[in-house]
Amino acid sequence: MPTEEYQSAKLRRSVHRSEILSSKKFKLKTKSIQMKKATLLLMAITATMLSFAQSAKYVEAMKANLTLLDSAKTTADFNAATASFERIGNAEKTVWLPYYYAALAQIRMAFTDQSADKDVLAKKINEFILKGEAINKNAEFYTLRYMNATLQLMVNPMERWQTFGAEAETAFQKGVKMDANNPRLYYLKGLSVLNTPEQFGGGINNARPLFEKVIALAKNANNTDALLPTWGGEEAQQVLKQIDGK
Amino acid sequence: MRRICFLVFFLFSIQFVNSQNFISGNVINKKGQPIVGATIAIKDSYDGAVSDSSGAFKFLHNVEAKDTIIFTAIGYKTYEMQLTTAEMNTTLKIILVEDITEMEAVIVRSAGSFMAGSNKKGVMLSALDIVTTAQNGDVTSALRSLPGAQQVGEQEGLFVRGGTAQETKQYIDGAIVPNPYFKGAENYAQRGRYNPFLFSGTTFSTGGYSALYGDALSSVVLLNTVDLPERPDVGFTISPISLEASTQQIAKNKQASWGVHYGLSFISPYFNILKPRIELFNGPTYHVADANFRIKTKGGIVKFFTSFNNNHSGIREANIDSNYLKNQTLVKNDNLYYNLSWQEQLGLWRLNWSNSLSYNKDNINGEIVNNLNQPERFSANEFWMNSKIFAVLNKETVFQTRVVLERKLKQLDAIRFGAEYNYLNNNLTYRATPSRLRENAQALFAEMDKYFSNKLAVVLGARAEYSSIINKINLAPRASIVYKVGKAQQATFAYGLFYQKPENSQLIINNNLDYLRAHHYLLNYIKSSSKQLFRIEAYYKTYENLIKTTLANGQQGYNNSGSGYARGIDVFWKDKKSIPLFEYWISYSYLDTKRNFANYTDLLRPSFATPHTASLVIKKFFLPIKTQINLTYSFATGRPYYYFQPHANGYTLKDQGKTITYNNLGLSFNYVPFVGNEHKKARLIWVATISNLLNSKQIYGYNYAYSGLTKQPILPATRQFFFLGLFINIGTDRTQQIINDNL
Repeated sequence: MPTEEYQSAKLRRSVHRSEILSSKKFKLKTKSIQMKKATLLLMAITATMLSFAQSAKYVEAMKANLTLLDSAKTTADFNAATASFERIGNAEKTVWLPYYYAALAQIRMAFTDQSADKDVLAKKINEFILKGEAINKNAEFYTLRYMNATLQLMVNPMERWQTFGAEAETAFQKGVKMDANNPRLYYLKGLSVLNTPEQFGGGINNARPLFEKVIALAKNANNTDALLPTWGGEEAQQVLKQIDGK
Repeated sequence: MRRICFLVFFLFSIQFVNSQNFISGNVINKKGQPIVGATIAIKDSYDGAVSDSSGAFKFLHNVEAKDTIIFTAIGYKTYEMQLTTAEMNTTLKIILVEDITEMEAVIVRSAGSFMAGSNKKGVMLSALDIVTTAQNGDVTSALRSLPGAQQVGEQEGLFVRGGTAQETKQYIDGAIVPNPYFKGAENYAQRGRYNPFLFSGTTFSTGGYSALYGDALSSVVLLNTVDLPERPDVGFTISPISLEASTQQIAKNKQASWGVHYGLSFISPYFNILKPRIELFNGPTYHVADANFRIKTKGGIVKFFTSFNNNHSGIREANIDSNYLKNQTLVKNDNLYYNLSWQEQLGLWRLNWSNSLSYNKDNINGEIVNNLNQPERFSANEFWMNSKIFAVLNKETVFQTRVVLERKLKQLDAIRFGAEYNYLNNNLTYRATPSRLRENAQALFAEMDKYFSNKLAVVLGARAEYSSIINKINLAPRASIVYKVGKAQQATFAYGLFYQKPENSQLIINNNLDYLRAHHYLLNYIKSSSKQLFRIEAYYKTYENLIKTTLANGQQGYNNSGSGYARGIDVFWKDKKSIPLFEYWISYSYLDTKRNFANYTDLLRPSFATPHTASLVIKKFFLPIKTQINLTYSFATGRPYYYFQPHANGYTLKDQGKTITYNNLGLSFNYVPFVGNEHKKARLIWVATISNLLNSKQIYGYNYAYSGLTKQPILPATRQFFFLGLFINIGTDRTQQIINDNL
């Protein structure tokens, strides 16, 4: 019998002295302690089951939101997806993916909504990135940093390329250092190269090897977790198709 | 055991059986307008919604006893409330209170100033705009394309809103720069000493500036040096008139950097080709050596910058009082400048400690020479001839230390206060007579920003200054009130009292002079978007205690009996939107000013002021030819000129007139042969610059013979200026930077 339980039994015994005067009653009490042990065990099982239930709830909610994000078209759609991911992130506290997707949804919105104030959004996106990185700093967040820098760069490329161009480049390099096989980093880099005039070292021919690398990396990617980001590979194929179609 | 089973069942029932409720409502602001896109969330749950275009929301939630519902929206304060069961079935009406945020709030301190630099709100020009508009690598020339500054070609410095060049003071990283320009002969303007690429931020205040600064009646120029450079760099510049080499190195941990630079300019061979109307017998030669280091600290940065400059030039030009004599001037200048600053976050306070130490030596010799270049001597009664024969040795040491502490209060409110100490030691030897001026001056200042809402803010400041020579304390209040008049539009009213000490040369002769004084009243309106900016500002200034020059029995003296006023309108329009990939700005200044100062006999429009000034700046990069073209056109109406003939006990206005209008079209081409080729180790940029492309005649004023009967125009040394240079960069890509240098 663990000392603690023995102690508590002793204590109880002293409190209910009148009840446990007879040895029979004392035996009964010992039995009740064994019962309590069983209760604890069962409760532990229940808790585990509950946590499984919660995890199922998490996966279900994330999957639903990912569908929402994939089908989002309007600013309101993206905002709804962001808010939903943010709520999951705030409630769970220990998982990074909700914040990652909250940021991703805002980035996609910022790139589609022409009237949006990019600087305000960038600030909001950065908050999500920081929250997510506080839980798990990984290369995926550098893809977000890359896009967030590009977003701010687009406001005024002529004036901003020195600051935000450098910021994007830093994000790319740090991301690759952390995970050299992340296809999304190369996909983003490929897009930047593609959109840079040939005279500045950009253009189709410089971008093609990057997209080919993305496709190869995406094929080899072994995602056991269905919630992890998978974009990049298909998009790279689309881009190459478009280039070759021209 | 049955009990346990029941317990398990009960726990699961919470999970799956409990009924869900709809939570619905509307989110509005204080005015009753719907807030679109507000997020509604139940704390620690997945449930929530985003408000729609009518501010309405509705979502399902398993109600628990202590649910907290949170409302958030950009620009509003977050609101949390406990959800009671009674509220479950009603429609919630949530009123969010506006939050004062940087994005939404009015911009304070924008009246009277042009900010250039990073992407901060309220910035009107980029750091790039400054360097691309700067001519001959002079920041001041870029600022001259902004409204409020006059086009004065014969003198260095900024003449702002009816003020003299001495009424504008320059600061680097918060500390004074007593001698920001090279020294040259009278009527030949010199350029600024410091390369525009040293700076990442520039604030040009044309009036009503902050209580943190003083001793300038009209304007301050605040320059901030770059923090750590992004990449190491080695560069060379080769042109027919200059050679330069520089390097910038960064520590491996990217927490520190150092750099050195040396440049030599020798303009005489070039002038020999251009055939200037003046005779050059010495130089002009300029040596510039500078060095810097920067160390990142825990919550800030330490920056050190030092420069040593030496320039000399000797010119001869016709003497107007005779047919064959020439005025000869030889100027030599040495300047040593140290600047050390420390910015640090100390708990809730932000420390800004700036120090500068400057040593400046001017050695100027004036002679009248004959056609064999031998000095001539004159009898005592020909004092107008004798006045041109002199020797000046002026040694000036200035030390300044300034501490500013800033604390952010709630929302955007802030308080700032600090103190400064100035030491001056000036040894002047004029015609072998030495004199000395020593001064200790202190100042205390405080300022606060108070935002009442996103729409309304005030800045209140005050400054007390004491000079040991004047031996008086002055008190200078400053205030401004900003109001948002519409979307991206704001109006500001600003008032300030400004003091300035008389010039050292005046205090040496009369140390009983008082501070000069000016009141500024500004009314400013700005409408801006990310690609367009319109700014209009009306101002009224009064000047008191200006220094007047007196003559008593031929002896020169000074008193504080001068006065004046200036009023006008400045307009600025910058546009990057109307024509794609094409950027321009237009400045226009209207100025009505009169002053009675120096040797003026009455309240007159000063010779450096003209009613109408305008500038147009255009920039465009042509990718197919790998060339950036920058164009600057400046226009100014004629300036008045006067001849005040000296006599034993004063001056008489003998003659006056108005110069022709001023036109200057500058054009620069920057050809980058290997643009974007990242594999090239060395990068080349060819720069070609032409000033006064149209070869317009420019007359800055007139010099008079003593009699006042003949006059000669004050002209630039050469009417046009051509420059061709090759910039080589090794190691890192500074292409864009150099493209933008030199217009």
